[in-house]
Amino acid sequence: MAEIRLQVSALEGWYGESHVLHGVTFDVKRGEVVTLLGRNGAGKTSTLRALAGVMRKRRGSALLDGHDLLSTPPHRVAHLGLGFVPEERGIFSSLTVRENLMLPPVVRQGGWSVDAIHELFPNLKGRDTTTGTRLSGGEQQMLAIARILRTGCDIILLDEPTEGLAPVIVEQIGKALVRLKEKGFTVLLVEQNLNFARGVADRHYVVEQGRVVDEFANDSLSASMDQLNRYLGI
Amino acid sequence: MTELFGVPLAVLSGQVMIGLINGSFYALLSLGLAIIFGLLNVINFAHGAFYMVGAFVSWGLLTYAGVGYWPSLVLTPLIVGAFGAVFERTMLRRLYGLDHLFSLLLTFGLALALEGVFRWIYGAGGKSYPVPPSLQGVYNLGFMMLPVYRAWVIVASLAICLVAWVLIEKTPLGARLRAATENPKLVTAFGINVPLMLTLTYAAGVGLAGLAGAMAAPIYQVSPNMGSSLIVIVFAVVVIGGMGSIMGSIVTGLMLGVLEGLTKVFFPTASAITVFIVMILVLLLRPAGLFGKDK
Repeated sequence: MAEIRLQVSALEGWYGESHVLHGVTFDVKRGEVVTLLGRNGAGKTSTLRALAGVMRKRRGSALLDGHDLLSTPPHRVAHLGLGFVPEERGIFSSLTVRENLMLPPVVRQGGWSVDAIHELFPNLKGRDTTTGTRLSGGEQQMLAIARILRTGCDIILLDEPTEGLAPVIVEQIGKALVRLKEKGFTVLLVEQNLNFARGVADRHYVVEQGRVVDEFANDSLSASMDQLNRYLGI
Repeated sequence: MTELFGVPLAVLSGQVMIGLINGSFYALLSLGLAIIFGLLNVINFAHGAFYMVGAFVSWGLLTYAGVGYWPSLVLTPLIVGAFGAVFERTMLRRLYGLDHLFSLLLTFGLALALEGVFRWIYGAGGKSYPVPPSLQGVYNLGFMMLPVYRAWVIVASLAICLVAWVLIEKTPLGARLRAATENPKLVTAFGINVPLMLTLTYAAGVGLAGLAGAMAAPIYQVSPNMGSSLIVIVFAVVVIGGMGSIMGSIVTGLMLGVLEGLTKVFFPTASAITVFIVMILVLLLRPAGLFGKDK
């Protein structure tokens, strides 16, 4: 059995006074793609933000390769090998595509070269001097993933990469994710698009009201569709 | 004598020169203010005081330690910047999560305190700082006499502004600054130490004010209130240029200096309020400032 890389136990989190995570527990093994599924407002994005250190008021435990993420200063989290691709992509409007790509510091060896990134996402080629936010939504998503690949991170928190994108772009992002999985990346994915999630993930957790309430292996998903649909309210 | 619009050319160019000198200091100071506001969201009311402290540090280095003009151009911004860093770390930092008003009040208080301390020690009168020997003399331009030191101030401050602009707009370090201005939490999540960046940015901003003070020492009287008389105009420059806009601050600073100089020639009674009239017009017609982006 593959080793556990990310072990989250009884994780609680707050936005100001608002208590949004009520004890999230799950794990992600090396090389796995794991999704957090759930309705809007269930706490999926908050879970990623809590792990990445963007949400600061937290309690419980979150270990990455044995390092306690909650006691790590937020600017040191990336140096543990964790790359964060936020919802809305987080492309900077005052930076060019190139500057966006080069922004995150290289945190360890093994980061992708710009050429390798262009091979994975040909759309980004030749766009260096374009303002980051002038790219299409899909291209911005590619850029958001690309800039994390450059840093040498090997576990990626990916928040709704397909949100608002055309099917053909979703397909491209899906192919890229499969490539990353083949290369050994560990991915924690937040996704509303179940079809997309089925195509890339090994396991799925269902999040409801700030807790993980169920878990499905991707292989057994077809048999559990009724139950899953009830959770997701489809 | 040659005249332009009924004004002797020598008088006109003399005022333009004074305008450029003042404008150079407006530009240097508003540049620092813009950088600090852009990243820290702090309206640094102590900026004029740091300028004054810079002039006194330079004067003190010469008077008490015999350190001349050139080394003090390096030492003064370092000393003032270090003081700024300590202030940011120990006090200003605590107010980041709160309304702008709190940091404005804190920096305003610091400005008053610094001014008070220097007035207490050195009195309200000015100290003079000799023009360094290598920059004494005048250039005869034919239509006017240009003191070498003043030419140096204009050229040097333009160069400093340009370097600062290139650093912020064209380098990876500048890209980090700009990104942190937009979304500091995400930049932190990428593994960049944003709190350290804030300290260094504040130190660099007030260091620039200190440098401006050191450069101003041989031109103006070194006195405790030299900053407070300037800071109001500099704030107007920042507002006109567009809050947080680097190029806006530089261009507007020089432009307003010259405009002020020209008003002295053509309508002297209005010269003290020119900048504010422009500010009112800009706020009415283009509230984000000449170079600012609408948010």
